[in-house]
Amino acid sequence: MAAYPIRPYDGVMQAAAKLIANGKMDVEYIVADGEHSQFEIVKHACAVGSRVFVGSSGVGWFYAFEAIAVTAGLRLPVVAICGNRALDDPGAFGTEHNDSLAVRDLGWLLPWAETAQEAMDLALMAWRVGEDKRVSLPVAIGLDGAFLTHSQQIVKIPTQAAVNTFLPPFDLGDRLLHPDNPITIAPQVDQDWLMEIRMQNDQAMRKAEGVIREAHADFKKLFGRGGDSPFLDEYMTDDAEVVFFGQGTLALPMKVAIRRLRKEGHKVGLVRLKWFRPFATDEIVKCLSRFKAVGVIDRDYSFGSPYYGGVLYNEVRSALYSQPKRPVVVGFIAGLGGREIEQPMAQEIFEKTKAAASGDLKAGDTCHWIGVRS
Amino acid sequence: MAIETALPQIKGVKDVPYEELFVSGHRTCQGCESALVMRHMVKASGPRTIVLGSTGCMYVANTTYYTTPWVVPWMHTQLGASGSAALGTAAGLKVLMRKGKLKDEKINVIAFCGDGGGADMGLGAISATLTHKEYNCLVLLYDNESYANTDIQLSSQTPYGAVTTFSPSGSKKRLMHTRWKKNVPGMLAAGHPESRFIAAGCAAYAVDLMNKIRKALEIGGPTFVHTLDPCPKGWDYHPQYSQELGHLAVECGIWPLYEVIDGVCNLTGPTRQIAEGRKKRKPVYEYLKRQGRFAHFIDEDVEHFQAQVDKMWTDWLIPGVIPFTVPAKDQAILKIDKKSKPLHEEPATA
Repeated sequence: MAAYPIRPYDGVMQAAAKLIANGKMDVEYIVADGEHSQFEIVKHACAVGSRVFVGSSGVGWFYAFEAIAVTAGLRLPVVAICGNRALDDPGAFGTEHNDSLAVRDLGWLLPWAETAQEAMDLALMAWRVGEDKRVSLPVAIGLDGAFLTHSQQIVKIPTQAAVNTFLPPFDLGDRLLHPDNPITIAPQVDQDWLMEIRMQNDQAMRKAEGVIREAHADFKKLFGRGGDSPFLDEYMTDDAEVVFFGQGTLALPMKVAIRRLRKEGHKVGLVRLKWFRPFATDEIVKCLSRFKAVGVIDRDYSFGSPYYGGVLYNEVRSALYSQPKRPVVVGFIAGLGGREIEQPMAQEIFEKTKAAASGDLKAGDTCHWIGVRS
Repeated sequence: MAIETALPQIKGVKDVPYEELFVSGHRTCQGCESALVMRHMVKASGPRTIVLGSTGCMYVANTTYYTTPWVVPWMHTQLGASGSAALGTAAGLKVLMRKGKLKDEKINVIAFCGDGGGADMGLGAISATLTHKEYNCLVLLYDNESYANTDIQLSSQTPYGAVTTFSPSGSKKRLMHTRWKKNVPGMLAAGHPESRFIAAGCAAYAVDLMNKIRKALEIGGPTFVHTLDPCPKGWDYHPQYSQELGHLAVECGIWPLYEVIDGVCNLTGPTRQIAEGRKKRKPVYEYLKRQGRFAHFIDEDVEHFQAQVDKMWTDWLIPGVIPFTVPAKDQAILKIDKKSKPLHEEPATA
């Protein structure tokens, strides 16, 4: 385990330090001299066969970027948390998903947690899925800064015996770096072999979806949690015409809004995405095609992107493109830098999405910034 | 049969192990002294070794897929990550052995870096590693005095005035590069009192170098060895003279050989002979004139170079190691008596 301070992820490392100091956890705990070293240390510890944990936030995550990129290339199942934080400058501690999302193309698996319990559960899932030989990829769990990293919630901690049943020992097999297995890792392959190796990463990512489903089924059986699907968490969607779509803690204010809107007679629900990578395209498409309109709420930005939308918005639109029956998709950028998504904002998101559903708003090619002072 | 893992000191050339652990399969330049450092390094450490190689010549020229010169396990690490690679590998092995998940045995962990990776980008990580005294690992910096892999750009280890592709000699500026070479082993030795072994070596003195590597690995904790490696491509000389230039660097007093063991500094090889007055330090011109990278030097440049090296030998607290000058009035307080300690040359008479 390698630690380096940056808010807001580091609360987790502080808690870990306390466990170690009190003899409740037996790990090598290295306080690094920067995030680059932090991620390099765990990468190399992983290569000799040890299970590792690391994390960062915001610009710290970016300071480690080189190590983050090669970890995926090396197919080393490092498990990290990213306490999602706005990218300075200007300084801001609160949630934005651009730090995690910056690694979306590199081969990291990216789940997002809504609650502390889910963060705990996803950590077990992360080691199980990442270390599975069919996958062998790193995992970065997204935790909304402050909203999740700094809220106190009651968490059920599973027994060691149950965890041992769920999580087999880490075994790198013939990829272990050891004098008994004198391999050369990551030589220069150049144009001669790089495409073949990239395609192997692609195949691993394709397999990850099925492995996540397997692990999820086992997890549910053992711990009785996790919902119907590992990828989507649906809330009041059975008869819904309009749904919100997003990830992380924004589910909380949106659920409050949905209960209020339901009382007023609106058929509205929420679909929360639990894994951004791999993007469970078929399941997501099938789910969203049931609705008239989808309001995608991005806690991120992608300046200059198609229709100036957020990352999630463009992913969803792209996934739906070839479908004969598809909902109207409206994009919203909200809650950046940790700004609360308050009920008037949720109301505005609902009204715009509903207007799009009834054809009153030319919605498909626009993206709306919500709750911004003029 | 038990594998021999003890690393006794090598008494002479005949005592050097026959076993080669860095073999054919690389494409380093003719006369590459850094490749020789790699060979000596693993020869000294033996087969129970893991080598981590940060980006640089010794990565790119050594490991091209489908071939590898490494008989021992080897893994690439990032340019600035040699310190972290050594630390992470050592920590990973330690925890697995402690928990009984890996056979408990001595495995040498060596991470190497070039001068760009070690003295520039990765210095912070090496410094951090040298403070983690519970992990056994060696960082080896092979210094060919430029970013030789990317086309000979200057680094903080490029000597004063040398031509590189980032410091060409032009009509307006004869010398583009006028910074004095950073004293890396001295700085690391002074700044990391708990690192038990820090040394400066040169492959031209092969037995001395191999023994330094063995001492570093035997003493335990995080350790550091810095080698000066003549580079025909970067220094612009005929490849057959690599060994000779290594000798000259030491004999001219430019690259002192020493080791700091548990806080005690020993000068080694010809450096000790110079300090003891048994060997006369050669003028730096002997060294400079052999290399194309100094071909643009005029007398004034050579004189400056000589003056800087002289200062190192007459004024520094320890020549080539600790760059402080102690005023005469304080020498008694600090119990420094240059005459009784044969570490300095007599200053030139005023």
